[in-house]
Amino acid sequence: MRASDLLHPRPEGLYCPPGDFFIDPVRPVNRALITHGHSDHARSGHRSVLATQQTLDIMGLRYGEDFAGIRQAARLGETIVLGGVSVSFHPAGHVLGSAQISVEHQGTRIVASGDYKRQKDATCAPFEPIRCDVFITEATFGLPVFRHPPDTEEIARLLKSAAQFPERSHLVGAYALGKAQRVMRLLRDAGYDRPLYIHGALARLSDYYQSQGIDLGTLEPATVEGGRQDFAGAIVVGPPAAFADRWARRFPDPISCFASGWMRIRQRAKQGGVELPLIISDHADWDELTATIKETGAEEVWVTHGREEALVRWCELEGIAARPLHLVGYEDEGD
Amino acid sequence: MNRFAELLDRLVLTPSRNGKLTLLTDYFRSVEDPDRGLAVAAITGDLKIAAVKPAMLRMLVTERMDPVLFGYSYDYVGDLAETVSLVWPQTPGKIPNREPTLGEVVAKLQAASRSDGPKVLAGLLDSAGISARFAIIKLVTGGLRIGVSARLAKRALADLGEVDVAEIEELWHGLSPPYTALFAWLEGKADKPRNTAMALFRPVMLSNPVGDGDLEKLDPVDYAAEWKWDGIRVQAVAEGGIRRLYSRTGDDVSGAFPDLADAMHFSAALDGELLVGDPRQATGTFSDLQQRLNRKTVTPKMQQQYPAFMRCYDLLQIGAEDLRALPFRERRGRLEAFVKTLDPSRFDLSPFVAFTDWQALEDLRRLPPHPIIEGVMLKRWDSPYVAGRPKGPWFKWKRDPHTVDAVLMYAQRGHGKRSSFYSDYTFGVWSGTEGEEELVPVGKAYFGFTDEELKQIDKYVRDNTVERFGPVRSVRADRDNGLVLEVAFEGLNRSTRHKSGVAMRFPRISRLRWDKPANEADRIETLQALLDR
Repeated sequence: MRASDLLHPRPEGLYCPPGDFFIDPVRPVNRALITHGHSDHARSGHRSVLATQQTLDIMGLRYGEDFAGIRQAARLGETIVLGGVSVSFHPAGHVLGSAQISVEHQGTRIVASGDYKRQKDATCAPFEPIRCDVFITEATFGLPVFRHPPDTEEIARLLKSAAQFPERSHLVGAYALGKAQRVMRLLRDAGYDRPLYIHGALARLSDYYQSQGIDLGTLEPATVEGGRQDFAGAIVVGPPAAFADRWARRFPDPISCFASGWMRIRQRAKQGGVELPLIISDHADWDELTATIKETGAEEVWVTHGREEALVRWCELEGIAARPLHLVGYEDEGD
Repeated sequence: MNRFAELLDRLVLTPSRNGKLTLLTDYFRSVEDPDRGLAVAAITGDLKIAAVKPAMLRMLVTERMDPVLFGYSYDYVGDLAETVSLVWPQTPGKIPNREPTLGEVVAKLQAASRSDGPKVLAGLLDSAGISARFAIIKLVTGGLRIGVSARLAKRALADLGEVDVAEIEELWHGLSPPYTALFAWLEGKADKPRNTAMALFRPVMLSNPVGDGDLEKLDPVDYAAEWKWDGIRVQAVAEGGIRRLYSRTGDDVSGAFPDLADAMHFSAALDGELLVGDPRQATGTFSDLQQRLNRKTVTPKMQQQYPAFMRCYDLLQIGAEDLRALPFRERRGRLEAFVKTLDPSRFDLSPFVAFTDWQALEDLRRLPPHPIIEGVMLKRWDSPYVAGRPKGPWFKWKRDPHTVDAVLMYAQRGHGKRSSFYSDYTFGVWSGTEGEEELVPVGKAYFGFTDEELKQIDKYVRDNTVERFGPVRSVRADRDNGLVLEVAFEGLNRSTRHKSGVAMRFPRISRLRWDKPANEADRIETLQALLDR
């Protein structure tokens, strides 16, 4: 069968007609397979959801336990048959619980990567390349300019700055699911053992990570009432938007830091008023994207959310059939 | 190279002066010679490296990667140096065990001939990581543009050695990269370097503004008054055939004013104001002076149309005699005699303003006889010439600033302490015919208000936002709605860059006019009238 008969875009999301399911649909559907818990991929209101247990847990934390009628946990590597289509989940290395979804029918296998990265990350299972005929790759950082440095170097710069400016607080903007916990874990791995102060929006997810055996050390709320009044020298982690907000006024002469792959571009940092950009990304960079495409052995690549054109061009140069897959509703900016 | 690259990256994103100073002094402490001295030279513009043209850089990179992919990348990033540093292909075999030091990079670039320059550059880029590649490209394409002036770099050196910045400025032109002797002195490992070079800069004497109640304590008899000319404070030093014009921070500006420098047929050090025109006939306005500012090359036509001359304030040295310890009265006598010997089309004397009491001087200050006068200077007759800004001997008493009532149009988030506040304001005045009025932006200000007022404006901005562009918010501003700001400024220049055609000098918010309806703010014609005076 043609690959496009097995999976193709519909307004609701990527649809599999023989299996009658959607992958990461952006509108409520009958049956949804979810790659990971970020809100643009995992939405509430589906009748039934199939995802890893951790993704189900995260959706429960975000939307309440009744986010879907039926919740079914997929074990990594285990094959589930839906309407004759074999479906299996494999680690994507993006955030805790994230998975690629392999869809196989009548000898054709398509792997939908969801979001993924290849850098080592102590807060989630590492990406496993799956051989396939068609690989659907994300392209958030699909330009040769995006090359993420080792995350340990970035954390070392943060710690150096904290030592250089002990009278100021360092506010690290990081997305609430995944990035924030990874930054905290990296700080711990670098030997930083003082309490970390977190914005309220991070509390439940961070508690969940800790309950899953990911040690983040002592986390304290970055509140003024009854808590520590003076944040001089502190490292505070919170969602990026909070630092532009009045919330940030409690900190003394703060240095704004932002942990994101976008920080590779100086103008991005400058425009956002970021003083210390930390290039830490949960998405594959250009070298990881191209290496992964080769590893999957796919003869055809569909490129979705991000800068599709450059990756399609690279595939052409490599003799791999490629086309952009226009899916609506995903943030190609999130990191 | 990595430490230098990291320093550049941090400096460009650090808005606060103190933050920059900390980054610089930490760098000087942790980096050895000659790298730290070369870094200083790169920042102050004293590092001489043959430039590589952008077209050459582009050619080097497209020889190594698909031009289409490079095109996508460049379109996205927008900056050639940055794009090339990011996309430069890394060949695993070519990366050495360690990256080159700044010293090694500079040595290779300086040794390269014109023909093998591109090859040497490519070899260096092969051997470096992303940040280091960016720094290397910045070195060869000229102009770091990291928001650090030569003055600030000298300040950081002074902080490192806990010495007065005037000492560094005085030494500066006798030193050359990598400033090893200077660092040795600053770190207490050697004596202060001795200056043997000719025509060096002498740190200038500055004044304090007249504060409330200052004058009541002073006797007019003790002071001389001169007009305060709003040109460029310069020091003209000629010695042993070398002629230099220095800015007040010790930057050599001779190249921009060859007409004046050529007229320095003397052996002396003069302090004065650079202005344009012919002093025997008429002094040019600030707009005229502007024609000569910030130019790399000066055409003969420009020199003829706007000739530079120096209005002399003081005489610091004549021949081998240092006059700086003498009282002002004596120096002035020597100056008057000396200026008579100079080319009268290029040098004249700053005249005294005669007065008997402070009130009489106040009247003169308010209504100066020329638009390029910005007030009066008071100098104690018995004051020696000392570096810096001592309190007491010299005062500046400025003309009151101009003010205009403008409407807040855009607000941008600040940095550091102000990063959660909308603290940088773009304001406009009305233009257009009646019934068709629209606001045209005339300036931007980010100080002049109290912390309490900042909170109020911030709330106003948040409550009246109509559009957001990144860190900038567009604020509701029309005939019926808008916050009127009284803006004070020192003067107005013509501007081709601003839609309004005017650019304010030193604008600041002087008052918040919550009481004033937006449609009663000033019109552009009010400002235009100021231009032609």
